[in-house]
Amino acid sequence: MKKLVSAGVAALLCCTAGVAQAEVKIGMITTLSGGGSTLGIDVRDGFELALKQAGASDVKLLVEDDARKPDVAKKLADKFIQKDKVDILTGIIWSNLAMAVVPAATRKGTLYISPNAGPSALAGKACHENYFNVAWQNDNLHEAMGSHANKAGYKKTFILAPNYPAGTDALKGFKRMYQGELTGELFTKLGQDDYAAEIAQIRASGADSVFFFLPGGMGIAFMKQYAQSGVDVPVMGPAFSFSQDILPAIGDAALGVANSSQWGKDIESEVNAKFVKGFKEAYGRLPSLYASQGYDAANLILSAMEKADVSDKDDFRAALKEADFASVRGDFKFGNNNHPIQDIYVREVVKEDGQITNKIVGVAIKGHQDAYASKCRMK
Amino acid sequence: MTAALIFEQVLNGLQFGLTLFLMAAGLTLVFGVMGLINLAHGSLYMVGAFCCAWITQQTGSFWLGLGGGVLGAAAAGALIEMLVIRRLYDRDHLDQVLATFALILIFSEGTRMVFGSMPLYLNIPAALGGTMALPGVEAYPVYRLFIILAALAVALLLYLLISKTRLGMRIRAGESDREMIAALGVDIKTLYTIVFALGAAIAGLSGALVGALRSVQVGMGEPVLILAFVVIVIGGIGSIKGALIGSILIGLVDTLGRIFLPVILKFFMENASANSIGAALSSMLIYLMMAGILAVKPKGLFNATN
Repeated sequence: MKKLVSAGVAALLCCTAGVAQAEVKIGMITTLSGGGSTLGIDVRDGFELALKQAGASDVKLLVEDDARKPDVAKKLADKFIQKDKVDILTGIIWSNLAMAVVPAATRKGTLYISPNAGPSALAGKACHENYFNVAWQNDNLHEAMGSHANKAGYKKTFILAPNYPAGTDALKGFKRMYQGELTGELFTKLGQDDYAAEIAQIRASGADSVFFFLPGGMGIAFMKQYAQSGVDVPVMGPAFSFSQDILPAIGDAALGVANSSQWGKDIESEVNAKFVKGFKEAYGRLPSLYASQGYDAANLILSAMEKADVSDKDDFRAALKEADFASVRGDFKFGNNNHPIQDIYVREVVKEDGQITNKIVGVAIKGHQDAYASKCRMK
Repeated sequence: MTAALIFEQVLNGLQFGLTLFLMAAGLTLVFGVMGLINLAHGSLYMVGAFCCAWITQQTGSFWLGLGGGVLGAAAAGALIEMLVIRRLYDRDHLDQVLATFALILIFSEGTRMVFGSMPLYLNIPAALGGTMALPGVEAYPVYRLFIILAALAVALLLYLLISKTRLGMRIRAGESDREMIAALGVDIKTLYTIVFALGAAIAGLSGALVGALRSVQVGMGEPVLILAFVVIVIGGIGSIKGALIGSILIGLVDTLGRIFLPVILKFFMENASANSIGAALSSMLIYLMMAGILAVKPKGLFNATN
């Protein structure tokens, strides 16, 4: 009898703890092939790791490759929304792809959780209740580097970034905080991998420092060519230019470089330790910040599923906005425009046990919110 | 903007163009001789880079890696010629595009399976590191000069091969009349395999040389392939000379355009818009040039078949 009662209690518990869920369908559009594929692969792997660690059986994840092409991303989004009828979209790496997909998808009522791209347009006037960014607004890490440049005493900085929404956001973000003078400002082609002409410009400009935002293979190419060019002006950049997915390919040329990030693998917390260890065990490599963002995106969704049913959009949105999950980066909350308010750190590239990686050396900005939040009508 | 800087940028444009030439030479050879559109040429470039990076990692010698990259790409080229390409010569271009596009996917996924998705580490050899002074330029990377010389050497060797040797004679004969040369008792099958492997070897050389400068990763070949196609269309399909001139033109226009367009535009508009319009315009510049050249010379600058 006692057994029966406890079994009954257990049965009751199982069905009252959390909200009884229908399966939640998540469509992930990300870059898995071509030049920028390491970013997408890390986001996907981080996301899947979080689902696996949580033992989430009521989530169905569909993953598709956008090959960094806006038209492909748009088609995939239509397919996910119309054919697969997903509840949530996520995964886009590149801001130009996000601009092609997100406004239309959120208007149609699909939730979009961004694990990476945070174009300024979507943080300000065009903010949307269905759009949540769990990484950063594009300008954030660059703003942090701008304020770091002031602290480091740089007066004549040369800045460059690719010519696409995140690139223009990057330079705007850097300039917002940087107080010195600019000796040059360049936009390069997205996907460009020869920087001889740009490096010659830098040499001729008499700059005392270089700030560059070149994610993925572009960063590898730039750093290698920069090291070979004999120009010895110190470089700095956001974490994207020195993330774990590209550091081994750059090699020793990156040692000692300062970069800004909202996350580092040495942040001390239980969840971060679990993430870093789990990632290394599952995939045999160190996680990058992209992986941490994928991991956080999944945990954010899981935390909302605990509290609300995805079919009740208002409830679910409210639950997402609470951001009641343990982020690997530490303190995390959403501002009025559903973008993060968070600390941003300065890291330095170091060699640990023969592996090239990043180490946090200080805090660049505490509790930072993006500059566009006030233009967003949401509360 | 000094004269020295302009000279240095011209040198950079030349070097960029010559790396394109290494890709375009093989492509135009295969297209000209066999009438085959080979989209998988970029994959052979990738094979060269990966072989070079892997062998360099294992042996510690870049030169062994470079040799391995060339041989590896040539072997991969010969293999796909015998297995796949051979069946495509008599088909129309659409079938060739489909089949060689499938090869791109197979090569990319295969490389990803073997090496993983992370970019590989490959750096230039210490002997070619550092910079040297040139007239007017205080410091120019030695490795870039080396690439210029290597590409010019390849151009010269190709010229000698095609115009002075028996093999070259057969290649030229095969270009103008495939049936006739077969009827004259030349083993056309082997000839085609050799030409294809030769094109692959040059692509592999290019991949290995450039991989050390840029990044070695899956999918590295496709952006270069598009530019190489632009080069051979401008230069005239099938013409090595056209490929050389076309690639140098593209290299110079692209490099000088992306540096000087924003500067020029600043005379007419404010800085921010000059920067972004200049960048956007310069990325279109080579395609505008292609359109212009084709409008005047629809078959390219040096058409090999007339």
